Amino acid sequence: MESKHLYQEVILDHNKKPRNWGKVADASHQAEGLNPLCGDHIWLSLKLEGDKVGSIAFEGESCAICKASSSMMTTNVKGKSVEEAELLIQEFRDMATGKLDTASQPNHLGRLRVFSGVCDLPSRVKCAILPWHTLHAALNSESTISTEGDRDPVESER
Amino acid sequence: MTSSSSVLHAVRTPGAHDVERIRADFPILKLKVNGKPLVYFDNAASSQMPQQVMDRLLRYQTAEHANIHRGVHYLSEIATAAYEGARGKVRRFINAGEAREVIFTRGTTDSVNVVMHGYGRAFIGGGDEIIVSQLEHHSNIVPWQMLCEEKGAKLRIIPCNDAGELLLDEYAKLFNGHTRLVAITHVSNALGTINPARQMIATAHHHGVPVLLDGAQAVPHMKVDVQDLDCDFYAFSAHKMCGPTGIGVLYGKASLLEKMKPFEGGGDMILSVTFEKTTYNVIPHKFEAGTPPIAAAIGLGAAIDYLESVGMDRIAAHERDLLVYATDAFSQLNDVRIIGTAEDKAGVLSFAMKGVHPHDVGTILNEEGVAVRTGHHCAQPVMQRFGIPATARASFYLYNTMSEVDALVAGIRKVQKIFG
Repeated sequence: MESKHLYQEVILDHNKKPRNWGKVADASHQAEGLNPLCGDHIWLSLKLEGDKVGSIAFEGESCAICKASSSMMTTNVKGKSVEEAELLIQEFRDMATGKLDTASQPNHLGRLRVFSGVCDLPSRVKCAILPWHTLHAALNSESTISTEGDRDPVESER
Repeated sequence: MTSSSSVLHAVRTPGAHDVERIRADFPILKLKVNGKPLVYFDNAASSQMPQQVMDRLLRYQTAEHANIHRGVHYLSEIATAAYEGARGKVRRFINAGEAREVIFTRGTTDSVNVVMHGYGRAFIGGGDEIIVSQLEHHSNIVPWQMLCEEKGAKLRIIPCNDAGELLLDEYAKLFNGHTRLVAITHVSNALGTINPARQMIATAHHHGVPVLLDGAQAVPHMKVDVQDLDCDFYAFSAHKMCGPTGIGVLYGKASLLEKMKPFEGGGDMILSVTFEKTTYNVIPHKFEAGTPPIAAAIGLGAAIDYLESVGMDRIAAHERDLLVYATDAFSQLNDVRIIGTAEDKAGVLSFAMKGVHPHDVGTILNEEGVAVRTGHHCAQPVMQRFGIPATARASFYLYNTMSEVDALVAGIRKVQKIFG
């Protein structure tokens, strides 16, 4: 894995100019995501309108991979139903951990596939996945999520 | 290095210290990572092992292994002699007064915990105070916090300045009638600061307070003399000094070790056992319950032989040259801030890049074959002091070269280009 494959223009762009940065004032759901190992720390807030993600925002301090993943996640799930969002969470997680080959298996990831290379960098997988775990936590009304340790917050619920 | 000291620091290549010959002793340095020659700058986390130490481990397992201090048979006697021989090498290396003052542990963290359990729990109580510094590794904070929680004692912190140097005036003010122990690092793992240990120990002794030094980052890189320092306890690990993992040392003054309680119970640490009463063995065996990592201890002895064959003064001078060269090169980079600029500093270069998280720096450097540590270095209070979540850290050792520093600097320029 060469980092040029990971640090692509789209990721660098979202890192520099994160979309949906900030807080949703009248949020119905929110969660905090923390990766103590590298200090990635994000706050995610969203407002469900009916069954759909009406507005969503994030802020915090993190590496480029985590920030770009957060930014692209917010643009992707906005307008989607909770069920569709959960499916994306699962697919992103499987892609990042190498369980889903986006080239050969059907999926809904679209441009999020720029993160597929992260599965070759085990120490960075957590950075990419953190916002998705945080979204899962927010949708399921858990307030804080940490990717530290072996416990995978999504895996353990299966 | 002294013979060539008239040559300019920054352009001097090691003369007396023949770095190419040393590199030939380390098979792992021939590795290619991502198609590039490995540049190993994560020595403060763990150093690499020379062939001589590997050969010693192989010889032990091939022809000398048995349990120690037990059998009367040939192999047990050979193994015991090699294990105790390693203790003797450690004693000489750090100039301890007696071999029985050298206790083998699992590593620095274990050594600190032995003191916490054996000394702290016996002699530190409610309302007492333990002095640590802002620069400590978590391994010299957490055991003391656990003790404080258990006993109702209190931690007092020596602050540091913006260069990462401890404030000695503030340190002196922390002492009072309740102070029971000072536990400080000899060399900061995150910043490289070399603390004035001798002076700080004298201050503590003036108040009748014993001192534990965390020497994990000192012993591998400079001549350490525990009697000259007059420290009461000294802790370090083998794997940061060309030896194996799983073995470390706790040096303690015999008078203190003798009045301490053993941390773990079991075989080898007893003189006699009945169900009514057990009599503990003498030091150091009192602290070495069960079968120790015999091979690893012998490996540590071999690592000491290796370092002494090169010369600790020469190693220290070589690392100083690398640090001067690297610091100079870094000063010419825009938007790169060196964290830790103490006047007396070991071969550690912690840095932060404007607008780029250290983990992104580390990933891109890795692609260039350059291994640095990124993160909080198990020293979060240091990071908090400097208001950053993490740094990238290059740490040097006897086998590193100026051209490897050049590779690091080129890698940082690549990071800047990508994030430009």
